[in-house]
Amino acid sequence: MKYVLKKLLAMTATLVAVSFLVFLAFSLIPGDPAVSMLGTQATPERLTALREQLGLNDPVILRYLKWLFDFIRGNMGTSYSYSLPVTQMILEKIPITLTLSLMAFLFMLLTSIPLGIYTAKHKDGKVDRVIYIINQILMSVPSFFMGILLTFLFGLVFRLFTPGGYVSYTVSLSGFLGYLIIPAIAIGLPKSAMAVKLLRSSVAQQRKLDYTRTAFSRGNSINGVLYHHILKNALIPVITFWGMAFADMVAGSIIIEQVFSIPGLGRILLTSISNRDYPVVEAIILLIAFVVIAANFIVDIVYRLVDPRISKTS
Amino acid sequence: MKKKGIKILLLMSVLLTLTIALCGCTGDKAGDTSSTITIGIPQDLEDSLDPHVAVAAGTKEVLFNIFEGLVKPDSDGNIVPAVASSWLISDDGTVYTFTLREGIKFHDGSLVTVEDIKKSLDTCADTSNGTPLVPAFSNVASVNIIDEKTVEIVLSTPNTEFISDLANINAAIIPADNADSATNPIGTGPYKYVSRSPQENFVMEKFDDYWGTPANIKDVTFKICANADSVVMDLKGGSIDMYLRLTSAQVDALDDNFTVDEGTMNLVQALYLNNAVEPFNNPKVRQALCYAINPQEIMDMVSGGKGTELGSSMYPSFKKYFMTDLNDVYNQNIEKAKELLTEAGYPDGFTFTITVPSNYTQHVDTAQVLAEEFKAIGVTANINLVEWETWLSDVYAARNYDATVIGVDASSLTASALLGRFVSTADDNFTNYSNATYDETYAKALAETDDTAKTKLYQECLTILADDAANVYIQDLPEFVAYNKKYAGYVFYPLYVQDISKMYIVK
Repeated sequence: MKYVLKKLLAMTATLVAVSFLVFLAFSLIPGDPAVSMLGTQATPERLTALREQLGLNDPVILRYLKWLFDFIRGNMGTSYSYSLPVTQMILEKIPITLTLSLMAFLFMLLTSIPLGIYTAKHKDGKVDRVIYIINQILMSVPSFFMGILLTFLFGLVFRLFTPGGYVSYTVSLSGFLGYLIIPAIAIGLPKSAMAVKLLRSSVAQQRKLDYTRTAFSRGNSINGVLYHHILKNALIPVITFWGMAFADMVAGSIIIEQVFSIPGLGRILLTSISNRDYPVVEAIILLIAFVVIAANFIVDIVYRLVDPRISKTS
Repeated sequence: MKKKGIKILLLMSVLLTLTIALCGCTGDKAGDTSSTITIGIPQDLEDSLDPHVAVAAGTKEVLFNIFEGLVKPDSDGNIVPAVASSWLISDDGTVYTFTLREGIKFHDGSLVTVEDIKKSLDTCADTSNGTPLVPAFSNVASVNIIDEKTVEIVLSTPNTEFISDLANINAAIIPADNADSATNPIGTGPYKYVSRSPQENFVMEKFDDYWGTPANIKDVTFKICANADSVVMDLKGGSIDMYLRLTSAQVDALDDNFTVDEGTMNLVQALYLNNAVEPFNNPKVRQALCYAINPQEIMDMVSGGKGTELGSSMYPSFKKYFMTDLNDVYNQNIEKAKELLTEAGYPDGFTFTITVPSNYTQHVDTAQVLAEEFKAIGVTANINLVEWETWLSDVYAARNYDATVIGVDASSLTASALLGRFVSTADDNFTNYSNATYDETYAKALAETDDTAKTKLYQECLTILADDAANVYIQDLPEFVAYNKKYAGYVFYPLYVQDISKMYIVK
């Protein structure tokens, strides 16, 4: 319990630090939301008036504290460019990005666990060698390029999906999920390749240990040893990787959303950055930071469940 | 532990199989186009939906379907009645009297009243922020309700062209009691607002109680297609039925299933020069640059030879003012250009920077061709690509630049919309152009009440801008609109608007 409390405290501190850094970065980069809102109708008087109205003339620290207190009270402010409440804007887009990341995560689990175990079991066999090479290739291809490649392959050659044919989840859930499969694979593939590699070497390492030999000497079959004894131990480093991979996927979907024209958080984040719409940017970046921290937190908890030794030593 | 793990795995695989199975039902749901159209637009409406506050041209062109002012423009460039059924301008050009159209309704079903009109116009003229919310309203002295169907606008100085400012979306009539007009727009136009999702779409629906010719297509979705490279794919794949502003290369990639209409963008594209900096404060240098370029060559490189050459700050859709002969004030003449440079004291040329917003491919391409052309007269132009926001703040607002390639549009149907910015004291004179004769002629034109004399004075202004080489004028860019052959009825306006209400379904 004390551990959880400590973790939560560290988490909050990190989020506050991130939010302040974003604020600081925004006050350092050129451009200003008032200019972007008024566009070509900007006259010096109108700019001054709008800056005053938005409170942009206050010092950064003051603006930050104001924002922070509003945020704590659950008020994320209003988007400068859209005049929409930030909460509403983001809530509408979270399901899109989250679904995409979850699908990518699922894809990674479904492909990497069986393949990882298979290659570990048949280490140095023919299949293992082929998979090893494919893994190396997949790991080195960035997900956005994989996205373009998959669009070309499945969209134009096999015609299995319509590029740019995104369907909103409010219109058709199946259409929505269907469209996200290819983008999810694009994000998931490189991670899956890494997970396979990790699991394979982790299992291989465990196989060299004494307890494995003991397990074999007790007359267990290879499958028995693998599933009953080795896997649990071998999964520990892999779980760490999963946690990081999920956080990475959420962040990675920002790029993939551009490639596949998916109107999720990533698209909003990018346009808001170029519009200097910092209430929106601030909220989305905090959300992503939160996901990263939460993923690590969950990994810690899962560790303890898988291996009770960890909580005893710490 | 092991059993649990397997269970989870099983559950996951079932879920994935389900998703894959479900995705099989996508693809062919394009059948029910009975009365819908999905229109691709390159940029989102990153703006307030309140017509009095909206500034982006991309927002206003869409809102044109939802809002109307007392009057509105038609596709021939005339001002026609809208919320007002008729109007009268006093002979001295100071009092405008409007009669409210009988029985005209807002989208929420309520009748439009003179109070709504007064509130809307007062909001436009509101100076609580220092300047009026809608700059064109700086001249409004008062808005008075005469009786329950008559409203008059009194101007502080005579202006017979104020009527065209009233046709702008910014002067739209909205309900006086609509508290959240920024997110729930209610107007009197042929379409009513349904919903919007940032970076995704903007949806509107036919307004059945529209006072005029009703719209034909019932449901209209503007879909944001941020990825310009996939537009052709989107059209062919059917995820959009229509796209505004294609490039000529995209048009070439389309097949027979699409109608492509060619119009002009109604922009004055030029190499705008900062007339206040060396060496552009010397008219001879500016003229030399004009002699150095060949607009046709630029059009060939940038827009497949399409486009209309311009010689001054006016585009051809304004038929009344456009003067073709200004295109020939400077024809490419390298010798002449070099001579002028020598006279100006730059026999070996000079170096300057063209600042271009990187999001406008056509302007970036134009700048590149220009830089090549200037090499022939010994002038080196470096191209500096900037973000649109940086362009707005550095070039447009701070006027801190040498030269820039951009397209300037007109906010209303009068020449002053394009010419006003070259008056030396104008707020939006981003080129720092300063010419006493021009200021005088422009002031005369504004005050003139006779239309023929007025047009003549405006043309004089145009001639001054051309002779003085205020900027290096290039072209009005071509605009291609492509739509599926199922639809027809697209009309071009001389303004930056999209009128969807006239489109209909063929079969």
